Amino acid sequence: MTYIAKPKLHHPALTHNAAGFTRRDYEGTISTLCAGCGHDSISAAIIHACFELNIEPHRVAKLSGIGCSSKSPTYFLGNSHGFNTVHGRMPSVLTGANLANRELIYLGVSGDGDSASIGLGQFAHVMRRGVNMVYVVMNNGVYGLTKGQFSATADRGSKSKKGAVNQDSAIDLASLAILMGATFVARSFSGDKTQLVPLIKAAISHQGAAILDVISPCVAFNNHAGSTKSYDYIREHNEAMNRLDFITGQEPITADYAPGTVTDVLQHDGTTLRLRKLAEDYDPSDKAGALAHIQERAAAGEVATGLLYLDPLPRDLHEGLNTVAAPLNSLPDEALVPGRAALVKINAGLR
Amino acid sequence: MTIRGNDLQPTDIRNPSYFHKVVDCQWACPAHTPVPEYIRLIAHGRYDDAYMINWKSNVFPGILGRTCDRPCEPACRRGRVEDETLSGSRKEPVAICRLKRVAADFKDDLTGRLPKPLPSNGRRIACIGGGPSSLTVARDLAAIGYRVEVFDEGAKLGGMVRTQIPRFRLPEEVIDEECGYAVGAGDVVVHQTRVNSLKDMLGEGFDAIYVGTGAPRGRALDLPGKTEGEKNIHTGIEWLANVSFGHFTTIGKRVIVLGGGNTAMDCCRTARRLGGEKVTVVVRSGFEEMKASPWEKDDAIAEDIPILNFLAPKSFVVEGGKLVGMMFEPVKAVYDDKGRRDLVPTGESDRFIEGDDVLVAVGQENAFPWIERDIGLEFDRWGLPKLDATTFQSSLPTVFFGGDAAFGPKNIIWAVAHGHDAAISIHKHCEGESLSERPAPGVTVISQKMGIHEWSYDNNVAIDPRTKVPHLAKEAALKNIRAEVELGFDVALAVKEAQRCLNCDVQTVFEGPKCIECDACLDICPMDCITFTPNGEEAELRTRLSAPATNFEQSLYVSPALKTGRIMVKDEDVCLHCGLCAERCPTGAWDMHKYFLEMTHAGCRS
Ligand SMILES: Cc1cc2nc3c(=O)[nH]c(=O)nc-3n(C[C@H](O)[C@H](O)[C@H](O)COP(=O)(O)OP(=O)(O)OC[C@H]3O[C@@H](n4cnc5c(N)ncnc54)[C@H](O)[C@@H]3O)c2cc1C
Ligand SMILES: Cc1ncc(C[n+]2csc(CCOP(=O)(O)OP(=O)(O)O)c2C)c(N)n1
Ligand code: SF4
Ligand code: SF4
Ligand code: SF4
Ligand SMILES: [Mg+2]
Repeated sequence: MTYIAKPKLHHPALTHNAAGFTRRDYEGTISTLCAGCGHDSISAAIIHACFELNIEPHRVAKLSGIGCSSKSPTYFLGNSHGFNTVHGRMPSVLTGANLANRELIYLGVSGDGDSASIGLGQFAHVMRRGVNMVYVVMNNGVYGLTKGQFSATADRGSKSKKGAVNQDSAIDLASLAILMGATFVARSFSGDKTQLVPLIKAAISHQGAAILDVISPCVAFNNHAGSTKSYDYIREHNEAMNRLDFITGQEPITADYAPGTVTDVLQHDGTTLRLRKLAEDYDPSDKAGALAHIQERAAAGEVATGLLYLDPLPRDLHEGLNTVAAPLNSLPDEALVPGRAALVKINAGLR
Repeated sequence: MTIRGNDLQPTDIRNPSYFHKVVDCQWACPAHTPVPEYIRLIAHGRYDDAYMINWKSNVFPGILGRTCDRPCEPACRRGRVEDETLSGSRKEPVAICRLKRVAADFKDDLTGRLPKPLPSNGRRIACIGGGPSSLTVARDLAAIGYRVEVFDEGAKLGGMVRTQIPRFRLPEEVIDEECGYAVGAGDVVVHQTRVNSLKDMLGEGFDAIYVGTGAPRGRALDLPGKTEGEKNIHTGIEWLANVSFGHFTTIGKRVIVLGGGNTAMDCCRTARRLGGEKVTVVVRSGFEEMKASPWEKDDAIAEDIPILNFLAPKSFVVEGGKLVGMMFEPVKAVYDDKGRRDLVPTGESDRFIEGDDVLVAVGQENAFPWIERDIGLEFDRWGLPKLDATTFQSSLPTVFFGGDAAFGPKNIIWAVAHGHDAAISIHKHCEGESLSERPAPGVTVISQKMGIHEWSYDNNVAIDPRTKVPHLAKEAALKNIRAEVELGFDVALAVKEAQRCLNCDVQTVFEGPKCIECDACLDICPMDCITFTPNGEEAELRTRLSAPATNFEQSLYVSPALKTGRIMVKDEDVCLHCGLCAERCPTGAWDMHKYFLEMTHAGCRS
């Protein structure tokens, strides 16, 4: 807990982006999380990504559940829309908001407890519906807010701070999301912004259900020897499958890469994801292969990170429902409340 | 990871000058006054303590708090980090100088605070000249048991501070008080005599002689009409002394002041007070290149004194035996390919400016007519004594120089700094020690941590613009030559201004082995000072930091390799010393340590 507000003074060379904002304009209030929490680093990565994407803060809606991770939207994008829902229910509130106004950028922020325990059902459904959003799980393997109980993502055999050994097998949210139909699935580490920031940018530009499982050490309850979500453990066992460069517009490949190591993926919105292969036989467009690979790595005691799965042509929830393109709040009353005559007609159609 | 050829070496923070340099103001102050420490004391209402810190370092806090050339202020970090849109004003330093005056104005009786001299060591030192540099030597040496004999031709001590600086900038009582403290430091005897022969002095049996006779001669301007107009053409510094002594009490209604330095500013403002109604300053160079401090120019302009630039004086115009004005030739600045400036006529016709009196303030010179040239004391081709630049020893081992007499006219704070250094040399000389080994400064390091997020200094950063010093209304000021124009800060203004200081002496200290590379410090830092990155060659590394580090004057703080093989690099340039890095660090790898650094003076052990 820091008592002073972050000074408004900034580096003299601080620049404005094309939308007229400085990086500092994407900050929120000063964090009340424990010093050194991985969640704060992810917040900082989100700030960097939004700044670099020239996003206007008022075009973003941040939604979260309950937990330290779910508190973190207060600490970034202070000028965006925000909604702290109840525990594990962020996905349905986000889905509702998205249905009402698809012009906003939806940022769902959750924890491993919020998503893999109480909210597991919601998690599965929001992925299979293909809601256009970025779903960030700040994954520390514990319920941080309630003082460090194992969460459902804690690895079997990992030790709690007090020495208890976790007996249950872990839920891998990335694999689950792939299975459930998410079209952009990535894993990263809060302590590696060079990997994380481009992934967040790519996820934001992805027009479908994008999920980022970000391992985020809990310095207070899960950063000891015996934990598999500590800074040291992740640094030792992190296996990046690829490196991602996020490119706006068409830029030629300038750097010298060995043939076959770079893949450019053009997205709907004109941006390009340039993937530099690190693992020889990893192909993120191969769903089954990706799932198998993640399992293999896990069995070898490694944590596979990078862009794990990508369907570059996602289908969004609205397509299936054939909903109106304009945000509901922009429609006139007559359109929103068409009146008795319209209701009669609908009812007649159902007979 | 091993360090490669051009990689940066880890910073050695045990070297006292590393963190000293981070305290920009103290580093820039010739006497290295611990500025942030006294500013905090002022904020806490501890004026006596604030005064004593100053007194130890710069001897004349009340005088300097009104007149110092303040080299600390252009160096002040605040002037680099302010945001014009937040403060609604341009980037400005802390009013370091005027806060010094606050300490002097609000202190209590200092009896009991001033140190008692050590018992006599039987040695005798002569100080020739009674200006600030001699008085510094006298204070430092008398305090450690020397008998110091000061020789000055004037009736009162203070040198040019007394005779040239006008009373509307510096009241007499302040000079009396602080010269009093200096000579009160021990066995100091003042002889009101002019020294006419150094040879004779050398025969008086002094253990060492200090020459602090200043740069007493005003440069004259030989132009046509000078002899005819003589009566109304004055040399600035002499005229000011005559006004100071009460010999001159009036001047013509139209006055021309020649020169762009501080003396010219004092001349024109003094002339306004002696009845000059149309006083004009005429300068050969441009406004920006004038030697006068910006605030002195502002003060002159505020007293309705126009400053005309790019006019070279051509002749004094005398009609019927009386000076009526001067002719000037318009010039412009031309730069050669080496960037050297030359002032050349523009070709426009000459310009006549009316004047009943002319004050010539075009420079000061050293003169040592009383030093024989056959006694072994060597002079250089500019007529200045040949000196060792750090010890101030002349070619005669018992004779030392300092202040304006050493390297030509400078200012009070340099005179004081020279005095301290010369006193160290004199003491070492008397002790038979090597003069070239200078004492290291005294450093005290105290962690500021009080609780997890509590510090024993106020780490909140104020965004207020610089506080203006209230001035006496112009009408009242111009009526009375002894009325001080600047009224000084009151307590409320002083506290407000003190809050602007960033506590640059509270240092960010990094302990690499504790760091878990969580990025918390890097993410919180408002100024993007911190980076974790692979090592490299400095110039290249500076381009790939969180924010480019373009100010090469400022150091990079570099850690040894961390666990991941990267290094921590902190650009000291714009750090606010807000302590947020240390607050957000989970392991205490960052801590805030107050580095209190004081120069070691003669006879004190560091
Ligand atoms: C008009 C004017 C305004 C100034 N304003 C400022 C200002 O605002 N701030 C600032 O920092 N500086 C200012 N200065 C400069 C400052 O006054 C000097 O740099 C400073 O006083 C130098 O100190 P000093 O001890 O070397 O010598 P001085 O102050 O010059 O003292 C030398 C003393 O030695 C005496 N002396 C000389 N020869 C002999 C001899 N043979 N025997 C005995 N006594 C002798 C002189 O009479 C004099 O009293 C100003 C200077 C002038 C001329
Ligand atoms: C309905 C409900 N059940 C239980 C809780 C108690 N609770 C608060 S936070 C939390 C777990 C949070 O874990 P996670 O989502 O991993 O967040 P973290 O604090 O670790 O970031 C629980 C169980 C609650 N707030 N509401
Ligand atoms: S902010 Fe304070 S400590 Fe820092 S340079 Fe300025 S006066 Fe000195
Ligand atoms: S004290 Fe720390 S957080 Fe504050 S500006 Fe300096 S480096 Fe940044
Ligand atoms: S906050 Fe502390 S532990 Fe974390 S990176 Fe900074 S110095 Fe290292
Ligand atoms: Mg958790």
